[in-house]
Amino acid sequence: MSLLNVDNVSIFFGGLAAVSNVSFDVEKGEILAIIGPNGAGKTTLFNIVNGFYAPSKGKVSFNGEVISGLKPHQICRRGLARTFQVVKPLQRMSVLDNVIASSFLRCDTKAKAEAVSREVLQFTGLTEDADIISKGLPLGKRKRLEIARALATGPELILLDESFAGLNPAELDVSIEIIRGIKARGITIMIIEHHMKVIMAISDRIVVLNHGQKIAAGLPAEVASNPTVVEAYLGAEH
Amino acid sequence: MKRYFPIIVLAVLCVLPLVGLNTYLMHIVILSVMWAVCGMAWNLLGGYCGQVSFGHAAFFGTGAYCSGILAMKFKISAWYGFLLSVPLNVAVALSMGLIVLRLRGPYFVLATLAIGEVFRIFAENVVDLTNGNLGIMIERTWVEKTQFYYIVLGLGLLAYAVVKFITESRWGYYFVAIREDQDAAESLGINTTLYKTIALTVSAVLTGFAGSFYMVYMGYIDPQIVFSLGEISILMIMVVMVGGVATFWGPTVGAVIMVILAELIRSIPRVGVAYQTLFGILLIVIIIYLPNGLVGDFPKIRRMFQRGAA
Ligand SMILES: Nc1ncnc2c1ncn2[C@@H]1O[C@H](COP(=O)(O)OP(=O)(O)OP(=O)(O)O)[C@@H](O)[C@H]1O
Ligand SMILES: [Mg+2]
Repeated sequence: MSLLNVDNVSIFFGGLAAVSNVSFDVEKGEILAIIGPNGAGKTTLFNIVNGFYAPSKGKVSFNGEVISGLKPHQICRRGLARTFQVVKPLQRMSVLDNVIASSFLRCDTKAKAEAVSREVLQFTGLTEDADIISKGLPLGKRKRLEIARALATGPELILLDESFAGLNPAELDVSIEIIRGIKARGITIMIIEHHMKVIMAISDRIVVLNHGQKIAAGLPAEVASNPTVVEAYLGAEH
Repeated sequence: MKRYFPIIVLAVLCVLPLVGLNTYLMHIVILSVMWAVCGMAWNLLGGYCGQVSFGHAAFFGTGAYCSGILAMKFKISAWYGFLLSVPLNVAVALSMGLIVLRLRGPYFVLATLAIGEVFRIFAENVVDLTNGNLGIMIERTWVEKTQFYYIVLGLGLLAYAVVKFITESRWGYYFVAIREDQDAAESLGINTTLYKTIALTVSAVLTGFAGSFYMVYMGYIDPQIVFSLGEISILMIMVVMVGGVATFWGPTVGAVIMVILAELIRSIPRVGVAYQTLFGILLIVIIIYLPNGLVGDFPKIRRMFQRGAA
């Protein structure tokens, strides 16, 4: 049984089918990349999986249990955490408190929540920023704070929405190491990314979306040489 | 020093009646503590959890009428109103929450404001139960102020302990997380509806205690007083804004200042009747120059004075 099953999912906003008849599986332990041009429906797909939207059609199952229709907090408790493309730090809280608010999900005392949080901050390289009010954090670190918070909820599957966008090359390398580290902990990863170099370096499989539809799926090498994918990405220039 | 601050304040407050303040000053102190309770209660929901209510008079009035109606209709001691107000305000908070907690921002504000007004109009019209606009007059238990003072001080301590305990626990983290970003909070596993309901309910019960106290202390209530939008709901917000939103001591500092200010302004001939206008102007000044209130912007104020002295 796969960890996550997206079964024929569609969602309509007015007349627009932002996601249409998309199906795929995520296997335990893998890194699955979702790629596609701007407006392809990638973030919308995450919003469906994470429970912000109920799909208009189809269903999502996690560990064999249907989760579409549940609320985001219920889905998070079942072990599915996410980050936001447009970062959403708890602005007037310190970096540490941001993470503590998440780790309380699986800790019954504040001491435990803080211990877990400090460990996660260490892992994401934010220890030195623990006491900074997160409003003042530069973008690169805010992106990492998103990851730290999601990890602190103790997920089995983590959804990363463009955690690399806007990072400089040095930060990029740090983040790639963090992603590898997450995988090494046995956490399954679904990642949306535009950086093809990063995608090719870390992903086990790729699903390609365009105009809300799944146009290709497979190993990185297969997808990279798929003419439909090349067309979707370069179509405008041909 | 900072650690002992609460203990020092408590010690001073305990011996305060012994220094022989006159009745009028005791009255000011009692009202200040009562408003501090309201401010702390409002702050829990509005300051920490970020749900700005313009309808807290609903809880204050419900508390007051619990005491008043028990004494007038059922000839039971008005003090039992404190007990009765708990289940009643929990019920009011839960049903109010059902309506308002799904709303965000200005819609939440307007819905709470409307509900507060519904309570006032209800109390004005259900004359059989409330005496309507005639109000309820009861005999006060003591003529002296001292006993009332210790009672309200007890309420103040209760509110302080509740707020302190909650804000330092899991609930406190969740409340602030909801204030800062509800969607982020929800996706991090926080049941935002549940925790907003908790904040609203605790806030309602504490506010109700202040209302019950108002009845037993003042001896007279009517709907225009205890369900008042301007003099209860909005004054509660002002107390917190002036003192400092989401700070421990803000509501208390704000309460003392607002009560004294109200008394001072009202005693000025001719201008006094317009005290609400002056409050409005004060609020605007505070929002512009001290958006975090006197407590929240204390470092800023200190710098200002240091620069003035140099
Ligand atoms: N709540 C909504 N209401 C209406 N339209 C929406 C909503 N959310 C997304 N859309 C639309 O759905 C389409 C897909 O958007 P989505 O954000 O999922 O794209 P994306 O693949 O994440 O793009 P990007 O790479 O730019 O992040 C867009 O046309 C967008 O305008
Ligand atoms: Mg997106």
